[in-house]
Amino acid sequence: MENKRFELNKNLAQMLKGGVIMDVTTPEQARIAEAAGACAVMALERIPADIRAAGGVSRMSDPKMIKGIQDAVSIPVMAKCRIGHFVEAQILQAIEIDYIDESEVLSPADDKYHIDKTAFDVPFVCGAKDLGEALRRINEGASMIRTKGEPGTGDVVQAVRHMRMMQSEIRRIGSMSEDELFDAAKQLQVPYDLVLYVHENKKLPVVNFAAGGVATPADAALMMQLGAEGVFVGSGIFKSGNPEKRAAAIVKAVTNFTDAKMLAELSEDLGEAMVGINEQEIQLLMAERGK
Amino acid sequence: MRIAVLALQGAFIEHEKMLARLGIPSFEIRQRRDLDTPFDGLIIPGGESTVQGKLMRELALFDPLKDRIEKGLPVFGTCAGLLLLAKKIDNDTRVHFATMDIVARRNAYGRQLGSFSTEGEFRGIGVIPMTFIRAPYIESVSGSAEVLARVDGKIVAARQGNQLVTAFHPELNHDLSVHTYFANMISGQ
Repeated sequence: MENKRFELNKNLAQMLKGGVIMDVTTPEQARIAEAAGACAVMALERIPADIRAAGGVSRMSDPKMIKGIQDAVSIPVMAKCRIGHFVEAQILQAIEIDYIDESEVLSPADDKYHIDKTAFDVPFVCGAKDLGEALRRINEGASMIRTKGEPGTGDVVQAVRHMRMMQSEIRRIGSMSEDELFDAAKQLQVPYDLVLYVHENKKLPVVNFAAGGVATPADAALMMQLGAEGVFVGSGIFKSGNPEKRAAAIVKAVTNFTDAKMLAELSEDLGEAMVGINEQEIQLLMAERGK
Repeated sequence: MRIAVLALQGAFIEHEKMLARLGIPSFEIRQRRDLDTPFDGLIIPGGESTVQGKLMRELALFDPLKDRIEKGLPVFGTCAGLLLLAKKIDNDTRVHFATMDIVARRNAYGRQLGSFSTEGEFRGIGVIPMTFIRAPYIESVSGSAEVLARVDGKIVAARQGNQLVTAFHPELNHDLSVHTYFANMISGQ
């Protein structure tokens, strides 16, 4: 039965593929995101750029605010809980959230253990910056993975680094001889059967999205060409000059991510992109939370 | 025989893999120029109907595809694809191709916690696995549309002429029989 739930939860992530999941803070933004073609929304009180600016402890959003967004749209609604905070996850499950993001964007509640996600019926997506982290999260029950990137910066460099790292490690595992997989499992600190899956299928056992720092249609298409199966856009949309237009352009860029001519048209006249911060300028690397 | 798979958003690769296992060539439709390639049937995959419906219109695919479906192009819609073909969605004001005489109910089993898998009888095939992900079901059929499968009394598969729809996802299981059924529709058996 438990296994069946995991399959259904992986299946929902499959339905999100080729799509864009957008951060929203109000029912109004959620409606804009849905109308612009988001395949799901992430409901949160403050987008990562504002979390970064505000500092302090950042927690799960008010369930009332999340329910407001659930009522506003017909597409799946996701919400974030703190790393290791299984009670926040229980609360999100109780309000029938479609996907929980156990997220490094919020302040970690546990500096050692992630949530035992196998104990839940609702699906979890987790961030990862390399194959080891991704497979550890999957082993804990995550049914979808995203790169961590560096949220709230508008700087795509870390999402690129994480996606390239994951893909290159997948290729490395894929080309190993079978007797080398045992040691690979030891090095990655993950179970052998997950390494064997990657070896045989040349991909993660679950859907893998890009996240963290995507701000333009070109950024989104870059992540798709690097092997992402879809894209999360957080601060990039509602911190920009023209959210509706930018959101719709990013959605189209993800569908036609190899067509440079169309990408050129989509990149025209989008107004101001979010200002962004370079990785050297930031005090706090969220990607270093939860390994 | 060559089958086009609408590849705007959703689980289109899963359908392509099923067709490959059947030895049927397929290709992806992502924009208008892809329609220049001849094809004998169309699959509309699971995903979000709102996203696919919007992208079809904005990428100038909607009118030419609707025209071909009305002229008898065999089409197979799963989940979101069912919603795109339905003449009416009783809990949504949006309609899309509206070429099939069915009334659908969106997210009819609720949110993800309502997703489930089961086995059910499919007319002309037998008992097959059925996976429902935030699925719709069909409230009623009319005209020449006929019911092919029910689960717990709800209609979950139907056919009208060259249009086939399932509320569940045959592409998520190993069983090839529904795809074979569609291939036989195309070849006119």
